[in-house]
Amino acid sequence: MTRYSLNHVGTAAPGCPAERSSAVALAVAVMVALLAISCSPKSESGPLLQPTAFGAAIVESSGGKQIVQTGSLLPQPLVVQVNDQQGTAVTGALVEFSGPSGVTFDPPNALTDSSGQVTTNVSLGGMAGRYELTASTIDKSHKKIDVKIEEIALGYQQTLGRQLNDQYCERCHNPESTVERVSNYDNLEIKPHPFTEGDTLNKISDADLTAIISHGGPALNKSALMPAWGNTLSKSDIQALISYIRAVSDPPYRVAGTVHAKN
Amino acid sequence: MKEKLRSLWQRLFGDSIRAFGVVSLIFLVSLAIAPAKNFFSQWRHYQHDYLKMVRNRSDAVTLQRHFEGGIQQIWLPDLGVVDRCTSCHVGQKEVSLIDVSTQPFRRHPVIPHAIDQFGCTLCHRGQGAATTVSEAHNSTLAWEQPILPPRYIESSCGQCHRGPLPGTPQLNQGRHLLSRYGCVHCHTVKLPDGGPMKPTDDPPSLSHIADKTSREWIYAWLKDPQAYAATATMPNFKLSDDEVRDISAFLVANSAPIVGDTVTIAQKAASDPAAGASLYGESFCASCHAVQNAAGNLVGGDIGPELTRVGSKVKPEWLQGWLKNPRIYDPGTGMPHYRFNDSQVATLAGFLQAKADSDLLANVHLDPATPEQIAHGKRLVSDYGCASCHEIAGIKKPENFAPELSRIGSKPVTQLVFLPGMQHTLPDYIAAKIKQPRSFGKGLKMPQYSFSAVQIDSLATALLALNDRAASLPPSLTVAAPPESDYQPAGRAGKLMADLACFSCHRINGHGGTMAPDLTWEGSSVQRQWLVEFLKNPNTLRPALIRRMPKFNLTDGEVNELTDYIMTVYQSPEVDRDSMPPSGYPQGQVELGKQLFYGKYSCQGCHIVDTKADKGYVGPTLTHVGSRLTAAWIFQWMKNPQALRPGTMEPNRAMSDEDARALAAFLMSQKGGAKQEVAKK
Repeated sequence: MTRYSLNHVGTAAPGCPAERSSAVALAVAVMVALLAISCSPKSESGPLLQPTAFGAAIVESSGGKQIVQTGSLLPQPLVVQVNDQQGTAVTGALVEFSGPSGVTFDPPNALTDSSGQVTTNVSLGGMAGRYELTASTIDKSHKKIDVKIEEIALGYQQTLGRQLNDQYCERCHNPESTVERVSNYDNLEIKPHPFTEGDTLNKISDADLTAIISHGGPALNKSALMPAWGNTLSKSDIQALISYIRAVSDPPYRVAGTVHAKN
Repeated sequence: MKEKLRSLWQRLFGDSIRAFGVVSLIFLVSLAIAPAKNFFSQWRHYQHDYLKMVRNRSDAVTLQRHFEGGIQQIWLPDLGVVDRCTSCHVGQKEVSLIDVSTQPFRRHPVIPHAIDQFGCTLCHRGQGAATTVSEAHNSTLAWEQPILPPRYIESSCGQCHRGPLPGTPQLNQGRHLLSRYGCVHCHTVKLPDGGPMKPTDDPPSLSHIADKTSREWIYAWLKDPQAYAATATMPNFKLSDDEVRDISAFLVANSAPIVGDTVTIAQKAASDPAAGASLYGESFCASCHAVQNAAGNLVGGDIGPELTRVGSKVKPEWLQGWLKNPRIYDPGTGMPHYRFNDSQVATLAGFLQAKADSDLLANVHLDPATPEQIAHGKRLVSDYGCASCHEIAGIKKPENFAPELSRIGSKPVTQLVFLPGMQHTLPDYIAAKIKQPRSFGKGLKMPQYSFSAVQIDSLATALLALNDRAASLPPSLTVAAPPESDYQPAGRAGKLMADLACFSCHRINGHGGTMAPDLTWEGSSVQRQWLVEFLKNPNTLRPALIRRMPKFNLTDGEVNELTDYIMTVYQSPEVDRDSMPPSGYPQGQVELGKQLFYGKYSCQGCHIVDTKADKGYVGPTLTHVGSRLTAAWIFQWMKNPQALRPGTMEPNRAMSDEDARALAAFLMSQKGGAKQEVAKK
């Protein structure tokens, strides 16, 4: 294995033009230092907002637990509300949003409106997985209080799985009905597992899920009301479905970002 | 100072040996620059980091064995790809690295294409041959195309895939919107395979507009179409009061009454809200038209226009005539010609006329138009390109009214004018142009659409797919869109089907809507007597469906005409309808079928045979299936439903002939209860 003596060269921040003239190590170091100075501490764009009121609690009103494709806008905006100790809405409190890299908020901060709420449009980053967003405000003693909101981004395979879910699975596996789609869940004697039911589904291995989907419930001594889809869906379709089921399960199937323990 | 310099010079170059020494030193240092530059390169740093990260993992040995140092390159001359991205993005193919949450080492998500065969920049854009982070990802003087933001990534799928893909909903939606909102009326979009993108909206002709509505309504509509109906596809042209006054004056003055057939109105519109509502419901108007309910939610389909305020729009006589036979006013309309009698027309017209909004026209007071105003209105109609979408007597449809968008995805950034504060990238430009077209300068004509942010992203995605690469790909790499069919049934039955607008909802031979079942093989599928009854009095087959087949009040002759045509022409070669009898199956076979139905295949999960015990709400109710379907169809359907109706939800169970025959026998025995038979007669 090759070893390299230089510890860290650093990455140019996106949007910051990097010169190609770095000739010697010293020059590189100077450049990096310059770059770091010129573009790292970018101040928040737009006029600084001054809160006119302070709340005691911040809660999510709507917009959590949405599922979109990577990089895209959440279909519903994220709405949070700031309340005082009595639980009534506070107008004019400053709310700031933050999230993992790649997440954008429009606007990133705002003062609560007359109903104590702040609405922001969120687009998730380019990587599939769960995004924990934070909405924070400051209380009277300038202590930061925040609320965490989880959103899910789907990669290509999971998006494909979602499409298959909508077409073939959802009618029975989703207990919620919409105007366009009446759920069949309540009509079934043996209830199917909603795909968000992580407590159960996370314990079933990929191989077992594949078997149930391809050969039907009886393949694993489960209900025959689950038909065999092996002749209707291709192998890659079934993989896509499983990847979707894993992506939406609650609690999460496997926490993203875990690093394997050292042997 | 001068002295000091002189002494320095003396010290360094005073004699030839010193001079030689110093020059050699300089030479050596400059020689060392090249390897040093290489040594401190960014990719080497990332590879170093990668190895450091890998070292702590349980699968370190495998990952280290797979690791190859140095600059990596994917070279695909056919595609013009020279991608060195994998020099830094190490481990893209390592399955186990899916749990790494930091770039550049996270494994690429699963897609149907191998990196070795397609490279990276084909989808992600950017400068593939670059070996520094900023040159690869950002615009440089020598390379304009930066990395494509992930929210538009599906546009890259659209370069090769010309049709909809199940995994690219955003691209599909964007393409749909381009046609549905009539963008392609003004902007030519030549698809990479040659043909133009066709609009799927149906802007009405304005040549007879004065028959239909008042000048006041035109005024209010032009001012703000979405104030009349939130779902209106017509965009807002941000016209001034004077402009709207003059355009409305011109359109009314220019309108000529319909010549030829006219409908005689027998009765005045009746005011019977209860009867009107029930006729509206029975006729399943809501399958296509939406109405806002008290809670502000739209209820109904989006095939036809929203009817929330229709009473403020249409003239009572026109509405009656339209309900009587819409094809007289608009021969190409997607609205079926219901065979309503005069009193039904009066009831329904009265019901719709009551859907009015008094506020809409309250502030519109127009003086009679002057000839100058009309002339000015005509000029405005030409200037704004109204005839690009609408047929207007005396005004020619302008050619190429707006810039062509066939290669918009490769438009050089240097040719774009950006708004202050905007990111200088093509996707941002396109999105901003759709979002607020008029802010790019005075005198621009593109109207203001009311797209949501998600719709704007989809539209930008579809437009970014229209680029040079898409246009120049070798045909072997492209996946064509499913061919569009313009199938039209022939003869008198064909005319009848056009009159009833069957194709607004049903699909036959690849042509028509997708709301209702595909009827391509209907003749093999159903029994003649059932079809006759169904056309006379349609009921829904699926308990959970809200959109249904309307009752057209057909005459017996029309029903027979249609039935004969369907039974003869829409026959599947796979199904010989006479090969199996409609009844008379041995009891044992029927029993076996029943066991299979409730046991092995558990069909009751989705279907109902016994209304007391079964609850399946997904598929059609099968209580009368024996008098509806043919046995041969059921048999083939059991064997492979997707072969008969692609995309159907019924799973293919790959049944043996024996099982399929037994199930067919069992289902054919389901001819409805004796009571219902009596009731039917």
